[in-house]
Amino acid sequence: MSVETAPVKHTLKDYKVDLHNDWCPGCGDFGILTSIQMAFAQLNLDPDKVAVFSGIGCSGKTSHYVNAYGFHTLHGRVLPSATGGRLANSAVTVVALGGDGDGYGIGAGYFVNAGRRNVDLTYLVHTNNVYGLTKGQAAPTLAKGLRTKSMPEANIQDGINPIAMAVAAGYTFIARGYALEPKYTAGIIAKAILHKGTALVDILQTCPTYNDLYTKEWYDGADLPQKRSRLYKLEDKGYDGVVKDPSDREEIIAKKAAAVMRSYEQDPIPTGIYYQVCLPTYEDGVNARIPALAAKPLADLDVFHRNVTPLLEAMR
Amino acid sequence: MIGGPQGSGINASAEVFAKACSRAGLRVYANIEYHSNIMGKHAFYRVRVGDEDVRSFKDNTDILVALDDETLTGDAHHRRWATHYGHLHEVSEGGGVIYDTETGYDHTAAVRKDLTFYPVPFMEVIKAALTEIGKGSQFRAYEVMKNVVALGASLALCDFPFDLVASVVQDQFKGKREEIGALNVRAARLAFDHVREHLDAKNFPYRLGPGPEPKARILAKGYEIIAIAKLRAGCAFQTYYPISPATDENVFLEKNQRAYDLMVVQCEDEISAINMAVGAAHMGVRAATATSGPGFALMVEGIGFASMTEAPGPIITMYQRGGPSTGLPTRQEQGDLQFVVHPAQGDFPHIVIAPGDLRECYQDTFSSFNWADRFQLPVVVLVDKKLAAIYTTIDKLELKYDAIDRGKRWDGVTPTGADEKGPNDGFAANGQGTPHDEYLRYALTDDGISPVSHPGQAGGRFWSTTDEHDPDGHITEGVAMRMAMMEKRMGKLARITAHIPADQQYALHGPAEAELTVVSWGSPKGTILDAQKILATEGKSINFLQCRLMKPFPAAAVEAILRKAKRLVLIEENYSGQLGALIAEHTGVRITERILKYDGRPVSEDEMVRALANVYAGGRAEPVVTLVR
Repeated sequence: MSVETAPVKHTLKDYKVDLHNDWCPGCGDFGILTSIQMAFAQLNLDPDKVAVFSGIGCSGKTSHYVNAYGFHTLHGRVLPSATGGRLANSAVTVVALGGDGDGYGIGAGYFVNAGRRNVDLTYLVHTNNVYGLTKGQAAPTLAKGLRTKSMPEANIQDGINPIAMAVAAGYTFIARGYALEPKYTAGIIAKAILHKGTALVDILQTCPTYNDLYTKEWYDGADLPQKRSRLYKLEDKGYDGVVKDPSDREEIIAKKAAAVMRSYEQDPIPTGIYYQVCLPTYEDGVNARIPALAAKPLADLDVFHRNVTPLLEAMR
Repeated sequence: MIGGPQGSGINASAEVFAKACSRAGLRVYANIEYHSNIMGKHAFYRVRVGDEDVRSFKDNTDILVALDDETLTGDAHHRRWATHYGHLHEVSEGGGVIYDTETGYDHTAAVRKDLTFYPVPFMEVIKAALTEIGKGSQFRAYEVMKNVVALGASLALCDFPFDLVASVVQDQFKGKREEIGALNVRAARLAFDHVREHLDAKNFPYRLGPGPEPKARILAKGYEIIAIAKLRAGCAFQTYYPISPATDENVFLEKNQRAYDLMVVQCEDEISAINMAVGAAHMGVRAATATSGPGFALMVEGIGFASMTEAPGPIITMYQRGGPSTGLPTRQEQGDLQFVVHPAQGDFPHIVIAPGDLRECYQDTFSSFNWADRFQLPVVVLVDKKLAAIYTTIDKLELKYDAIDRGKRWDGVTPTGADEKGPNDGFAANGQGTPHDEYLRYALTDDGISPVSHPGQAGGRFWSTTDEHDPDGHITEGVAMRMAMMEKRMGKLARITAHIPADQQYALHGPAEAELTVVSWGSPKGTILDAQKILATEGKSINFLQCRLMKPFPAAAVEAILRKAKRLVLIEENYSGQLGALIAEHTGVRITERILKYDGRPVSEDEMVRALANVYAGGRAEPVVTLVR
């Protein structure tokens, strides 16, 4: 989206809040929080023109730690409330965020439908494979057969592939970041915010308290003989997921297929932009119906005491 | 009354007739009964007209038009559980029955000998009209025109001016397919002439002339009036998921979104619908949604969300239908009052108001937006299938316009958190020297309402959370702050009762003192008023307490009326007497005599008169059932 920049140059500290943070020491959420603040600073966003909507869970608290309008909403429903917010005021940059349980489990229906709507907002998912705040049950991204130390039994449900799901649902920007690489992830988030349409950034995140499978050491590949990272950056392998000609259906299909293929790679796991296409947004559709919205956000339209006489006349 | 299979156009027939009567200066009250089905099952539409206000329907009809056999004989012979036994027994003494000869019905076998039957060859009339324009061979493709044939035939019986009806038909096709309009008028005319020439209409005892003074009344349905109130009140954002009987309102608004700069979003479910509306309300637009019981069941957590975060809205128009669960999707019931008053976890404030007629639908819907802004909470306007679908005349002047009240908005300057030793002290200490230090979204104030800001407003940044929170909108589990915030939110209820005019909260219709006091709410209002009028002419002294504001409940005022009453009878269209339970909860008064109806059909004027007369004479109040052999 086109963003409202601050009148003066803002730095990282301008997006911080002096508030006690109760995440566990070493939580991946700290890295994601920093990534968000770095992205905002990179774009020099005006905090008064940003609304951060969050779901429920450890990740849901993120909105309290960002100096912007903050809405800590309901479990699984963050995309609908963020969508309503964005549609009501298109002059405000809207960032929605939540955990993988929030977005891909209880909120899975909204995840799919947000893709087909393509409202101009950014959605960040904290993917740590467990429900942290309820003490470590399996999240929908945890693969079958796995068992974290917090689980009494191994998982007998399979994990979903959020990248492939986003491709199928119609997301127009699909990327993956890593909580412990905040600078890189901030760059992706900044691109996601600038993207016109619904942007998903699935952010791999460690949960040092409950997830003893996907730890920092595991991502670092400390246990591997070659001691190499279990992550790689798509662009480093010459991958380009950006659709050059959005009117070219063949190109779109090819790029979507490539993104899905990459999303199934397990070792190493790709990070970066899997797919991006510039297509008309939901707002474009609405503006075609309501031309006044091209000039002003809905919240600024004077729609009080509308003249309903023509409707009443038709009822004579 | 006209009956036929769904999809056969009975709506068009009844509504054109209703409109012609309205234009002729008559008062109209029309309502439809139909199955949850697209095509084929039985539906019927009643149109009642009168010189004076008609606010209910009657059991009987002077003219019955039957497009199919089932309208005449019912469905008991082909369905295990009858929905009706045909409408013949509902025809007035000496009334007329127009039926399509294609039904094969033999009226000589009819039990009732007082009726006059008018067999009309519907398809032959249509064929004749088409033949005049050289399309006679295609007549089967024009079966839908049966509705105008029905209309023309009825007019011939009651001697109503044909031209008035013709102009309404023409209006329906104005600007688009005017030649189709002309064809329809022609078919109606041929039917009219057919009855006049071939059947004995001269001695038909029921005549219908224009009203005493043609007035510029409007003829509207409840959902249209609610939608118009939303437009007038400045609703900018409406969300919905398709559901009967709320869909009509949503589609009406969708049709008008371009003309009125209204954004209508069709959502993936009602959870999405309510959450989008809450998100939009927090942005400062007037947001609304419309649903029915099953959808409301999904919305409840969103209502708690809106109330806990003190969103200025949304407005939820809740159209009750027969429950429980999927229940009777297209039928009438008032079964959701208790649910809507107690929708979700925890103690939280919201407003529930239940208008009883179209004028109140307008007023309450309009006011709701002001209340949502003033008290920063969601408002439910509780209506039902009957109010949604009744098609009735309203004097235009009855649509009084209210002022817009956007409540206490932060001016962008005045500090809300500057009191040094007050309850807000210490909550704005983010220490950054920004205007934010001065503004607290959930400031504890003398009047219990915090000034509101919205994203985009300079210096008005705030946090909000569905967790318990402090004046800055950050999470707290502190004991004193929890109590202060709970008291702040719940304290709104008393302020609301003090703010809303008493005559919008409840009304005592009729004499201040009476032998019998009827207690009811919502759409039975008109029926009770009509029955009250009839019984008054018989010297029966009855007044009627209409409860309208359901939350916060005007306990003291209602209790005073109840304690003064000589004898009380509760009337509700549900199984358990849900208003009775609400009254008992708030006043300690238990109303033991109850006239309840839960067969999915609204109570008629005749049923109401019989039930009330029985109670008045000392009989036991009994459930009312609409199913007569």
